[in-house]
Amino acid sequence: MSELNVKIGLEVHVQITSLKTKLFCSCPSDYRGKPPNTNVCPTCLGLPGSLPVLNVEAVKAGLMVALALKCTISDVLVFSRKHYFYPDLPKNYQISQYDGVGSVAIARNGFLTINSDGRVKVVRIRRINIEEDPGKLIYPTGSLLTSKYTLIDYNRSGIALLEIVSEPDLTSPKEARQFVDKLRSILEHMGLVNPDLEGSLRVDANISLAGGSRVEVKNISSSKDVERALTYEIIRQSKALEHGERVKRETRHWDDVKKVTVPARVKEVEEDYRYFPDPDLPPIKLPANLIDEVRSKIPELPDQRVERFLKMYGLSEYLANVLVAEKALADYYEECVKVCGEPETIGNIVINDFKRWVEELDLSIHDAVMRLPPSDLCQLVQLLNKNVINIKILKEVIPKVLKSGKAAATIIYEEGYADISDENLLMRIIDEVIRENPKAVKDALTNPKAINYLVGQVMRKSRGRANPDLTNRLLAKKLSEIAKAQDSVA
Amino acid sequence: MVSLKKLLRKSALELVKLFHSDPNLIDEYVIETYELIDKVEDLIKSYITLRPLDDVVADCKRIREKIKNGFKGRLAGLLIAVKDVIITKNLRTTCASKMLIDFIPPYNATVIERVVREGGIIIGKTNMDEFAMGSTTENSYFFPTRNPWDLSRVPGGSSGGSATAISAYEASIALGSDTGGSVRLPAAYTGTVGLKPTYGLVSRYGLISYGTSLEQIGPMARNVGDLALLLSVISGYDPRDSTSLYVSGVDYTEFLKPTPIKKYKIAIIRECVDEGVDKAVLTSLNRSIYRLESEGFEVSEISVPVIRYALPAYYIIAMAEASSNLARYDGVRYGYHVEVENKLWDEVYSEVRSSGFGIEVKRRILLGTFVLSAGYYDQYYLKASKVRKLLHDEFLKIFSNYDVVLTPTAPTLPPKIGEVITDPIKLYLSDTYTTTANLTGLPAISIPADVVDGLPVGIQLIGPKLGEGELINIAYLHELKTGLKDLVPTVVRPYV
Repeated sequence: MSELNVKIGLEVHVQITSLKTKLFCSCPSDYRGKPPNTNVCPTCLGLPGSLPVLNVEAVKAGLMVALALKCTISDVLVFSRKHYFYPDLPKNYQISQYDGVGSVAIARNGFLTINSDGRVKVVRIRRINIEEDPGKLIYPTGSLLTSKYTLIDYNRSGIALLEIVSEPDLTSPKEARQFVDKLRSILEHMGLVNPDLEGSLRVDANISLAGGSRVEVKNISSSKDVERALTYEIIRQSKALEHGERVKRETRHWDDVKKVTVPARVKEVEEDYRYFPDPDLPPIKLPANLIDEVRSKIPELPDQRVERFLKMYGLSEYLANVLVAEKALADYYEECVKVCGEPETIGNIVINDFKRWVEELDLSIHDAVMRLPPSDLCQLVQLLNKNVINIKILKEVIPKVLKSGKAAATIIYEEGYADISDENLLMRIIDEVIRENPKAVKDALTNPKAINYLVGQVMRKSRGRANPDLTNRLLAKKLSEIAKAQDSVA
Repeated sequence: MVSLKKLLRKSALELVKLFHSDPNLIDEYVIETYELIDKVEDLIKSYITLRPLDDVVADCKRIREKIKNGFKGRLAGLLIAVKDVIITKNLRTTCASKMLIDFIPPYNATVIERVVREGGIIIGKTNMDEFAMGSTTENSYFFPTRNPWDLSRVPGGSSGGSATAISAYEASIALGSDTGGSVRLPAAYTGTVGLKPTYGLVSRYGLISYGTSLEQIGPMARNVGDLALLLSVISGYDPRDSTSLYVSGVDYTEFLKPTPIKKYKIAIIRECVDEGVDKAVLTSLNRSIYRLESEGFEVSEISVPVIRYALPAYYIIAMAEASSNLARYDGVRYGYHVEVENKLWDEVYSEVRSSGFGIEVKRRILLGTFVLSAGYYDQYYLKASKVRKLLHDEFLKIFSNYDVVLTPTAPTLPPKIGEVITDPIKLYLSDTYTTTANLTGLPAISIPADVVDGLPVGIQLIGPKLGEGELINIAYLHELKTGLKDLVPTVVRPYV
């Protein structure tokens, strides 16, 4: 698509979800799942007479991002009012930052590197702003266009946002997606943003093709959709240009259900936000020691982590990059390696199987890790090493585990993937049988013959694949452990 | 007529002392006050919302009990009138606007918390120009307030209701707000004392914003001592206001000394005593200069040419900030609202804002929106900010040589009702001498200097940053010298 001479610039809005309180009041920043309009106070409702008081932690978060993106940081912190009327905005102005006469953004002129077709590409960052999130509009009987009425929930009003604006250095939808993923990973690694939370990351994309005009696509909520929306726009715009039509300068919305962009309502006049410095928040000097303090707290960032993965684990650059792109995935990988070593095998499984199925099944990494904890994944790898199962079976078992939530070992038994002569595997079934048959266990403790019932259950659960001698031996051992434990309690 | 008003005429300072030793007097004082209100309120119209006597009596009872248990609140038992621009929890707060006609706030302004903590009793919410925009208290959605010295005249504004409430003995002390002179002008027109504190000395939390960077809540009283008392209670750092100064615990009554705390050097600004000033005002000012000189103070005339730009700069900044501050009134969350069925949200906003705001408010929102617009910002707002900086620097220089600046509070005596309201320029001119203190953030007090043909005349003293103590000291000396305190206006004379 490069022959189309595509220019893309992104405005990424992220909620600083690590904060305890909103940007200008003491309401909790954890607004999700609360009854509408209960997470509010006079300030975030914009009641007459209320005043904003800056949450300094938000400034530190902004500074940390600015440092990570190698920005020039402003000497003073100035907040400006951005005026526009809209029902989700309780004061009908947003407290934001502005780069212009009498005002300045917290940081400017940074950059972010992405991997584009094996080359490192530098994408310039124009500026970073700190600003407040508006409330949320709810359309109970349809969409923005069709609902008969609209409800407003101000629980989100005043949540701290960072607006990160790139220069139009991106040249393809894929690069745009990589930019968002990289940024997301940096924010995750700094512990500032939990991107799994709904609405914590929103992107507006500006795109222009040679011979066309700049089109802004608003309201994109994932990196995948950034790629989709921009691809859609390139096709739409290039078709228009091919037909000799004019691509007009406009704002469009991304419809994430229909996966198309639609024109936003046309305004008769260009919006004039009438920025001016907010007189409620006098400018604050940003002292060097504050910036140093923040700098000293920056944890390992994705680029450094990739470097470490290459050195420490001998991974390929591809594997290292894909792992680190999502902090939770990289964390999972490292946990697994800690349990059983095998960095390369684990790396391949985590990327090719685990990550693939997480996406396919639309799970969060967090949920997937709960279903296949590092110890279970390692168990599979050990079975593989011992040739109890082969790689094909491992590849079949992982999606079954992730889908069903059953333990990996149980699936291997139940589905008859392995002869059961592995002690660890057998023990898992025995544990399950003991848990499910408390009465039989009680009997067996007093009457040695009663153990046969439990053996039978193990055989049934393993569909007759359990080695009977081993089963008897392990069961007897387990029962004597239980008896001992009971004695010591008594 | 038998005058029973033995408590009503007493100063707030005296009353609190009495109440501390005999809390049962509080009820007597309250009933006397309400009896007087019955007689004069219909003529003056100080209050938009007057609390029912029963509610106030219930407050009295609580405070009485507390005093019996050793409570020594600095305002214990005093009736305090509050300008309706200050947020009072569970007590309707309208800003004299249709826009907030039914607004009952869920919280208290910081000053209200402080007043109540010291045992003060809010008697009611006073009339004002809508959203504090005006200088006569005629721009109220409800009704105009009349001057108790002459019912055909305005009491000044925008804190007119607070000024008339104390002037007419309908309350002991009052809270006003001053964005461009709104405490000082009505004080001058009603023969009372009003102070605009240093910017940041009194918390703005709970003050409904008009011109954010200019305004302060200010104390109003019939004498300097009572003003010092109220200032001591309401001033000091508040973490809820980011523009609040780190100052606390000043007792301004300590500056009420019969001898000067220093040999004051006083400056008269030539540009403030030129042809624009009424002869009567000038004569009164000269008399005060003579009195101050006879105290041994040095009075000199200086020139501050940039002060000519203060008024236009003030109005540009105030209107710009107003256009922003008043954007929130859209009828969605509180206040005046309209039927929304089958209308788009922006149609509803237009309807609410067209019919909810009065003409002067709309004028200022439109002008303020204009001066902040792309392409005009540099020409107006930025230029006004430069004038502001120049003035600020100029006054810093003045205060390196002088202790206080003396000017008339207003260029004229109180105008007749209807005389200036139809002419915005004339209306704005009444703020000529007061706006300087708002632009520079400096403290300024208006005190009575004379009564001419039955009308009070005020003078203004401007001090250096946080120079409230010295202002109070000079004002107190002036008061001792002139005896112009606890004045009784014409309307009230038969009853006290």
